[in-house]
Amino acid sequence: MSAPLRQIAFYGKGGIGKSTTSQNTLAALVEMGQKILIVGCDPKADSTRLILHAKAQDTVLSLAAAAGSVEDLELEDVLKVGFKGIKCVESGGPEPGVGCAGRGVITSINFLEENGAYEDVDYVSYDVLGDVVCGGFAMPIRENKAQEIYIVMSGEMMALYAANNIAKGILKYAHSGGVRLGGLICNERQTDKELELSEALAARLGSKLIHFVPRDNVVQHAELRRMTVIEYAPDSKQAGEYRALATKIHGNSGKGTIPTPITMEELEDMLMEFGIMKTEEQQLAELAAKETKPMVALH
Amino acid sequence: MPLDDNSNGDFHRKLIEEVLEAYPDKTKKRRQKHLNVAEAGKPDCGVKSNIKSIPGVMTIRGCAYAGSKGVVWGPVKDMVHISHGPVGCGQYSWSQRRNYYVGTTGVDSFVTMQFTSDFQERDIVFGGDKKLAKIIDEIETLFPLNKGISIQSECPIGLIGDDIEAVSRAKHKDIGKPIVPVRCEGFRGVSQSLGHHIANDAIRDWVFDKKAIDFTPTDYDINIIGDYNIGGDAWASRILLEEMGLRVVASWSGDASISELERAPKAKLNLIHCYRSMNYICRHMEEKYGIPWIEYNFFGPSQIAQSLRAIAEQFDDKIKENAEKVIEKYKALTDAVIAKYRPRLEGKTVMLYVGGLRPRHVMTAFDDLGMEIVGTGYEFAHNDDYQRTTHYVKDGTLIYDDVTGYELEKFIEGVRPDLVGSGIKEKYPTQKLGVPFRQMHSWDYSGPYHGYDGFAIFARDMDLAINNPVWSKFKAPWKAA
Repeated sequence: MSAPLRQIAFYGKGGIGKSTTSQNTLAALVEMGQKILIVGCDPKADSTRLILHAKAQDTVLSLAAAAGSVEDLELEDVLKVGFKGIKCVESGGPEPGVGCAGRGVITSINFLEENGAYEDVDYVSYDVLGDVVCGGFAMPIRENKAQEIYIVMSGEMMALYAANNIAKGILKYAHSGGVRLGGLICNERQTDKELELSEALAARLGSKLIHFVPRDNVVQHAELRRMTVIEYAPDSKQAGEYRALATKIHGNSGKGTIPTPITMEELEDMLMEFGIMKTEEQQLAELAAKETKPMVALH
Repeated sequence: MPLDDNSNGDFHRKLIEEVLEAYPDKTKKRRQKHLNVAEAGKPDCGVKSNIKSIPGVMTIRGCAYAGSKGVVWGPVKDMVHISHGPVGCGQYSWSQRRNYYVGTTGVDSFVTMQFTSDFQERDIVFGGDKKLAKIIDEIETLFPLNKGISIQSECPIGLIGDDIEAVSRAKHKDIGKPIVPVRCEGFRGVSQSLGHHIANDAIRDWVFDKKAIDFTPTDYDINIIGDYNIGGDAWASRILLEEMGLRVVASWSGDASISELERAPKAKLNLIHCYRSMNYICRHMEEKYGIPWIEYNFFGPSQIAQSLRAIAEQFDDKIKENAEKVIEKYKALTDAVIAKYRPRLEGKTVMLYVGGLRPRHVMTAFDDLGMEIVGTGYEFAHNDDYQRTTHYVKDGTLIYDDVTGYELEKFIEGVRPDLVGSGIKEKYPTQKLGVPFRQMHSWDYSGPYHGYDGFAIFARDMDLAINNPVWSKFKAPWKAA
């Protein structure tokens, strides 16, 4: 008997590199012999671009709208196969400022489940829009869907805020649906004390920093060619990083934790400790120093 | 009715206490504020109102969509009213209330027809604005004699943030007819009452002052506001006003056309029948166009005479004389009605539970027949309604605001009145208790009840209900008397 289906999801602040990180990691997982389904839950429908080598055009919702309703769709219509057999589905959604994208995510995921998209795969991975703005975008963490959430973050302040907020969302559903925080993935931005800060936040959230992905231009080069690093430069050091991350995630089954999100004040205190944010006294002192300098020059 | 008769008061107070006993403490505390006994000399009825119903109870209230589509806009006959959203709200409001109208349904009038955008999942996800525009085009093609379109928003429209105002503006430019978006999403407010207000505001913002009105005014132009022509009520009222020499230039919104909405600001006086649902627009017309408004009551000869005189007061001596002539003209009819029915109805007790104005206005018609109101209450009243009620109720009357299904049943069991007047949901449980019942929203498919003609029908109907021989068969023959 094969191992039970693993369902994971990647969350994080918009623009942090969720899609890039997830696709590279999943490309590494498929190399390890895993059968994978990616469910893109972002109306922009760009969660599978590097795997399919093109932006998916036929999203669940656009096809459903054209056909009448999701009941008129077949699974084959929306399921695309990319790099090394990875199956890809994009939920899609309305153009910005219209309709309800959150409802779209719910519709799509229900359609996939009902039509057997989750059969004959080892992994289902959800790639979700940056901010969990409403119930629809929380769908992958509700009702026994994703078992582990991986938060992609960096040492930037807003990314840390977002990570803490996502942890709050996971906590909300941890008891009803059994979702756990799998860990933090730091996508390096080369900010001050980034590794230490990420590890400290992970510890505060009752989790761990599962991997620190260093910054490397090869990722950019691969992306321009609509490929993952695993495919574009399989022997590069960066490909090795993603393989390491994939191995860690693969070994992390059942090791997720119920997060312990912290208050805004605690988070700010932590940032001050690391010198990212200055205390009011520090700011005043600096201001005073600036003001006194020209005075000295006058004498 | 003597105002100092308090024989019922203590009994009613005890009854309220008993009924509240069944509730958990928190519910009891909250419901307590909505139940009371009227006391003479108080400024209101001593109950809280216009507050959210308690989850878990059976409330008789409706929603904002019901207030706009079902009450204010739906009866405007030459407009098409789109129930915008999923099909349920439109399906269950199909046919409207008994808003009688003159016209050919499906050709130049559309009240009893149902138009809905029948939202599907894709309309929720991708938004319904394009579909709405298409529906408006289709309505124009299929029903070219429509004089305008209103868009009655159901809940999802507000949730997904569709821009129905933009569609309305664009389509108005296209077809040159009024297109009125109404933001009456059902989740807004605590009852249908907010829907009335929103619908009134839509008239103000999307109908008034939108085009030049070709109108030759007279000194006797009046509007009937808030008469929905249930069973022909507005017609029965109009007869009396016209016999007085007044000219009814707009009747809102029973049997109304959109041109009557548009030209209303040209009138000299607004006569408000249902204060609760249309006071907002009257206050606006007073502020903006300087049109005064008065409330009136055409239930039962005493109030009709009083109202006709009060209306005539606003005009010259000719109208005042005419008012007296009208009262005199119908005296023989009303005397005959009273002579026939009063002996059969004298002393019978009545409990009411209705909507906008009837919990107070119809009391006087019962009073004219010698009947006594022992309890009354409103579904969606505000405090100003309960203030107005003090004018009609006598000391010791049981008052219940937003009454729950359980409370009403217990009150009826406790009081055992000779008649209950309420809605369709209350009708059969009450009759099963062995208590005669009349629907006071739809006039139980009878009517009109307004005016002198209506009073004759009203008296007959109450007699039919109360003195129906079926009630003598209520006791099982095998049980001892």
